[in-house]
Amino acid sequence: MGLKTPLFDTHAGAGAKIVDFGGFDMPLHYGSQLEEHRAVRDGAGMFDVSHMCVIDIRGGRARPFLRHLLANDVARLRNPGKALYTCMLNPAAGIIDDLIVYFLDEQCFRLVVNAGTRGKDLAWIRAQSAPESLQIIERTDLAMLAVQGPRARELTARLLPEALRAEALALGVFSGAQIGNWFIARTGYTGEDGFEIMIPAADAPRLWAGLQAQGVAPAGLGARDTLRLEAGMSLYGNDMDESHNPLESGLAWTVAFEPADRDFIGRAALEKIRAAPSRHIVGLLLEDRGVLRSHQSVQTGAGPGEITSGGFAPTLNRSIALARVPIGAASPVHVDVRGKLLAARIVKPPFVRNGKALISL
Amino acid sequence: MSNVPSDLKYTTSHEWVRPLPDGRVEIGITDHAQSALGDLVFIDVPAAKRTLASGEACAVVESVKAASDVYSPVSGEVSESNPRLADTPELLNQDPYGAGWLTRLTLSSPGQLAGLLDAAGYAKFLDEEST
Repeated sequence: MGLKTPLFDTHAGAGAKIVDFGGFDMPLHYGSQLEEHRAVRDGAGMFDVSHMCVIDIRGGRARPFLRHLLANDVARLRNPGKALYTCMLNPAAGIIDDLIVYFLDEQCFRLVVNAGTRGKDLAWIRAQSAPESLQIIERTDLAMLAVQGPRARELTARLLPEALRAEALALGVFSGAQIGNWFIARTGYTGEDGFEIMIPAADAPRLWAGLQAQGVAPAGLGARDTLRLEAGMSLYGNDMDESHNPLESGLAWTVAFEPADRDFIGRAALEKIRAAPSRHIVGLLLEDRGVLRSHQSVQTGAGPGEITSGGFAPTLNRSIALARVPIGAASPVHVDVRGKLLAARIVKPPFVRNGKALISL
Repeated sequence: MSNVPSDLKYTTSHEWVRPLPDGRVEIGITDHAQSALGDLVFIDVPAAKRTLASGEACAVVESVKAASDVYSPVSGEVSESNPRLADTPELLNQDPYGAGWLTRLTLSSPGQLAGLLDAAGYAKFLDEEST
């Protein structure tokens, strides 16, 4: 028996297959993972992501503290509600977690971190904040829903009071706002447009039911994983962890080396690696029949590599993967799939965005 | 509750065997197995003329979640495998005891089915496994 989100009874009542994820009992699917995947690509689907950990950092020194704590630079967050994706590194530049930070106001920044890393993240953040007078508040009072797909924003907005609808629909990409007692952000983990919504836990079942009545399909963690893989988005524990740095995890774009005088944790180690990088993450498209899976070994002309995330891509009807390979590796590469060497082509993620294939098949 | 037809034989690794009128047998995986695996996306079936020993891994079924081996419940020679599964693996989810059959064998020796579970025995095994 694991931890339960405020929507657990809703999932169980809908006949969801429940699995452990990050210590929580979460829905894997409600019948068919493939149908849920397609619902998000074609219309709208919703995910209970209340297992993710919301942490508010409060205090006048929050911004300078986060400029030191995080590898991306919160100085880029100038307008309230704006979000930034970033890694939190240890001094060796290993990735403690990846997270989204929202700038609410100068007194409060909100972090959303992974469920499975909650304990170590909180301990690390508190340890680093010790000299500062900051409040680190875990918002266990909130539930979080992700509504994703080409129709997600329109269908969600119908549930808002008319006065707030325009404000929600006017949100720019990667921006959020407190709208009534909802915090709504135009963010997600699927490669589709949509919202992520934080609300008081007690309100979650009613919102879920309201969205379902609008035609938004419940979708589980299974579809969430195939959607994010098609979108070329990294998963903590698969594509990155504490023994890998952002530059070899496909996350170089999230590290702000400028301004050069910003002293963030992991910077010194990362600059050495940056001078002589050896590995990076590429996308793979399987040319043969079969399914790529994480941890399968990849043979390239530049040396061996490993699949970090692999699976079947329902939108492409082919198998794809993210793989960590030596810099210089070129197509074709070969993957050891259950003892057989299968040919794969290196491609540039994302594989799918806004319902459309971005790679040639 | 998963569907366990009374006219088939079963293994504890969730394969089923159907005796055909011509003496051959048809093999597949059970409703319980397909449900546990989730949506199937790739199925690799054995080539005709391949000789299989009882208990030998003879097919691979891959779902959105994971790959699983299918073990031949009997020994014999493959006479044909289901050609539709290459393009429509979902047949196995939709109709595990019918259109989703995997392969057909000529038995190497008669009487092999007697050692397998009957429907009641398999249903009881599923009950025990779930507790």
